[in-house]
Amino acid sequence: MSVTDRNDAEVGATDEESETPPDIEAISHVSDWKYIQIAIILAVITAAEVATYYIDTGPLEVPLLIAMMIAKFVLVIMWFMHLKFDSPLFTRTFVAGLAMAVVVYIAVLSMFEFWA
Amino acid sequence: MALTEERPLALTTGDEVTVDHEPLGVFRRPTATEGWRSWVTTVDHKKIGIMYGYAAFFFFLVGGLEALVIRTQLAVPDNSVVSAELYNQVYTMHGVTMVFLVIMPMAAAFANYLLPLQIGARDVAFPRMNAFSFWCFLFGGIFLNTSWFLGGAADGGWFAYSPNTGVVFSPSHGLDFFTLGLLITGIASLVSSINLTVTVLNMRAPGMTLMRMPVFTWMVLVVQVLLVFALPVITLALILLLFERLYDAQFFNPEAGADPLLWENLFWIFGHPEVYILILPSFGIVSEVIPVFSRKPIFGYPFMVFSGIAIGFMGWGVWAHHMFASGIGPISVAAFSLSTMFIAVPTGVKILNWLATMWGGKLTFTTPMLFAVGLVAMFTVGGLSGVTHSVAPSDTQQTDTYYIVAHFHYVLFGGALMGLFAGFYFWWPKVYGHFLGERLGKAHFWLMLIGFNLTFGPMHILGLQGMSRRIYTYDDGLGFNMWNFVSTVGAFLIAVSILLFMANVWTSRRKAKGQPAVGPDPWDSRSLEWMIPSPVPEYNFDEIPVVTSRDEFWTRKYGEDENGKVVRLHSADEVCQKPGATGIHLPSPSYWPIVLSAGLPFIGYGLIYSLWWAALGGVLVIAGIYGWALEPADDDENPHGHDDHDDHDPSGDDAVAADEPVDVPEEAPVG
Amino acid sequence: MADTATHDVTLGEAFAAEVGSGHHATNTGYTNEKLGMWVFLGSECLLFGGLITTYLLYQDRAVEGPLPKDLYDIPFTSVSSFVLLMSSLTMVLAVSSQVQGDLRRARTWLVGTALLGATFIAGQVYEFTSFVKEGMGYTTNLAASAFYTLTGFHGVHVTVGIIMLASLVALSASGRLGQDRAETVEIVGLYWHFVDVVWILIFTIVYLIT
Repeated sequence: MSVTDRNDAEVGATDEESETPPDIEAISHVSDWKYIQIAIILAVITAAEVATYYIDTGPLEVPLLIAMMIAKFVLVIMWFMHLKFDSPLFTRTFVAGLAMAVVVYIAVLSMFEFWA
Repeated sequence: MALTEERPLALTTGDEVTVDHEPLGVFRRPTATEGWRSWVTTVDHKKIGIMYGYAAFFFFLVGGLEALVIRTQLAVPDNSVVSAELYNQVYTMHGVTMVFLVIMPMAAAFANYLLPLQIGARDVAFPRMNAFSFWCFLFGGIFLNTSWFLGGAADGGWFAYSPNTGVVFSPSHGLDFFTLGLLITGIASLVSSINLTVTVLNMRAPGMTLMRMPVFTWMVLVVQVLLVFALPVITLALILLLFERLYDAQFFNPEAGADPLLWENLFWIFGHPEVYILILPSFGIVSEVIPVFSRKPIFGYPFMVFSGIAIGFMGWGVWAHHMFASGIGPISVAAFSLSTMFIAVPTGVKILNWLATMWGGKLTFTTPMLFAVGLVAMFTVGGLSGVTHSVAPSDTQQTDTYYIVAHFHYVLFGGALMGLFAGFYFWWPKVYGHFLGERLGKAHFWLMLIGFNLTFGPMHILGLQGMSRRIYTYDDGLGFNMWNFVSTVGAFLIAVSILLFMANVWTSRRKAKGQPAVGPDPWDSRSLEWMIPSPVPEYNFDEIPVVTSRDEFWTRKYGEDENGKVVRLHSADEVCQKPGATGIHLPSPSYWPIVLSAGLPFIGYGLIYSLWWAALGGVLVIAGIYGWALEPADDDENPHGHDDHDDHDPSGDDAVAADEPVDVPEEAPVG
Repeated sequence: MADTATHDVTLGEAFAAEVGSGHHATNTGYTNEKLGMWVFLGSECLLFGGLITTYLLYQDRAVEGPLPKDLYDIPFTSVSSFVLLMSSLTMVLAVSSQVQGDLRRARTWLVGTALLGATFIAGQVYEFTSFVKEGMGYTTNLAASAFYTLTGFHGVHVTVGIIMLASLVALSASGRLGQDRAETVEIVGLYWHFVDVVWILIFTIVYLIT
């Protein structure tokens, strides 16, 4: 298990920590302008998604929509939920649940021959 | 979920401000250290563990009585002790009780009591949420069982296959109690699993790396992770069923075009990890017991850990082997058949490791060791019959026969329950300061082992003869008579053995009255919980130990001489911590967990009968949440009443409090 | 033995004072509360995954009455999806203000987030009532039941989020939520963003792909 473990390094390492916790420290380096940029990108992708409702993209529609959905999803969890600069442990915890859900439920849908 | 936040509050100006406020002005913070109040308001993981144990044992007696009704009914052909309707309810509630109200909470009892001790912590990560989990489980269990007096219990089997669970086929409120009761106990399990996961990841003593943790702690961690991911699936399935029954949705009704197999899939996606949730804590317990009584470290510790993780992980890929007979198609059958065969491998690794631990060891067959060896043997039998299920053609024949009943009782009774009893005998002196009697204990073991094999061994034969499960009676002349009778005799032997256990608890407690408590280390053990006095003081560790090796306590007592022979370096008394610590600050007791959880059954009754009850429950829940959120977890700044949690030295808290620069620890709002 | 013993005491005391509190004593360096929230969100993935699966399986099954996809008002839902998406921006700005110690601005952003969330819920209520008017009640057919259950569950999550945001604003206004407790705001934010990403999935999978 590759959990970030302060104890591995040295006993007593916990004593020498800065006042600000590491996660809060990381967040304070991101400017509000960065968040606004991300939000603009999200808004543009959403507009593109809605556009597929009006413009016929043929067989590309579903892959395009899925790709845009994943892009939005990743942007939010990486930037707004700070996974980009936060502990990898959080990313692993969340991705474990997400991956478990995706794999298990795709298997269920396959059993019902959903994709046919 | 509640977000407890316990850092002191600083106002932006940096000024120190003392705010003297009673939380909500309603309740005074509870201060009792003895009597029922101290139990009702406790947030101490040890007291909560003990309550889990007693509550689970109570439900064990209830479930056991239900089992005796089943066996009495089946003792002879064409029997009529109970009607077919009542029989359906009895076997359903037997299964539900034993799985959700006995084995899971009993494992939670051990996990709560031992996990903080084994990792060298003073409590769990969220002590009040821990209390909430317990009360939630208890009230959920009671709620579920009140259905007996309110028109009949659930009658759909513990896995409640649809469409039998629709209102048409099960018109009583039994299944509503089933869904709501399991939702409430599910909340308990989810909260407790998050709590214990965070505890293991965050609260270990200095030097206690993950690969130095005792195997029991590891197995509990795996179980909590399984619960975290499996519970939402059953929650979802139960909610769909609830909406179908209460609000006329048709999620599982084929007449409306629904797929009843959706329920089967959702149930077993939860249900198969659940099987490992039930067995892994017991695997952890025997992995602690066997090394102590073999006087050898556990053989292949990394294999032990990783096979546990592998079982947990692979447990997610085998659920459809419960559904081979339901027409899921050849590809699914082949895939799940293979994955089921593979999962036998890590389980086999564990059994080999236990045997190798005993191999060449100095074995002492005390009662806990007997139960541990009993698990290894009986679980192997159950595991092997399990492998026969992975062969789909053979499974198709065995499905819904007594062969299946035999199999899962060998793994759950012969496995999980044997392990839990091993744990009772092993840790009893740690918890109560006195041993359970060895003579009665051994009688208990042998009688239970014999009774167990008499009860469930013949079921293999009955199943292969074609006797189907869940039938309330059978005709004479089918060849079922003799083995059914043997099985019933065995069931009553088990009942007698449980009475022996209770007598043992009673007599050993009487004998121990007035005697000094056993020392901290009565078995010459290996892990940290044995380094502190028995019974464990409220603050657990006088000083948090710095861990330098696996089997930390053992390596403090023993070393090797130049020939590699194990020699004693220090006596246990030299190494163990003495009671009487001062200045240790513990989380304060609280009323709110029990208030919050008491609201949930009312919401349950309200959904079934009248929404007024739900309104009452809702008020309790909201009061609980806000009372909880606004109550500081610790009240070290409070000028009165520190002795609520440390009766050894009430002044001790002030020493800690004086160091704190600011006052008024606050609580985060709660959702 | 003597020197290790003193070492024990210092660490032991440090740990004792910190039991269950603060980040200094935890093994990962992150607080229990934040780790607990992430574990909870991992668990929620399985819940919403199951709800989405149920809807996908049943989206075309109706013995009678209209299917949800026949009634969708995509322009309307696009607007309310956009509102929820932008509430994530205001949420993250609230966290950022709280971290920087600008509590007034943080409160403003929190109120804004709650209002955007409430707008989304109002939109959902409007959507549901118009669907019911068009003849698709909760029990009209399987697809309808699955649709209302999925989107209703999401709506309940948003509502819980709004209540948490309101509680934060109240705490902050009464001076109990200072800069040092920015993490509390961040944890509520994590929940809020999670609810938002679930809607990102629902909007595409349920509404746009038909």
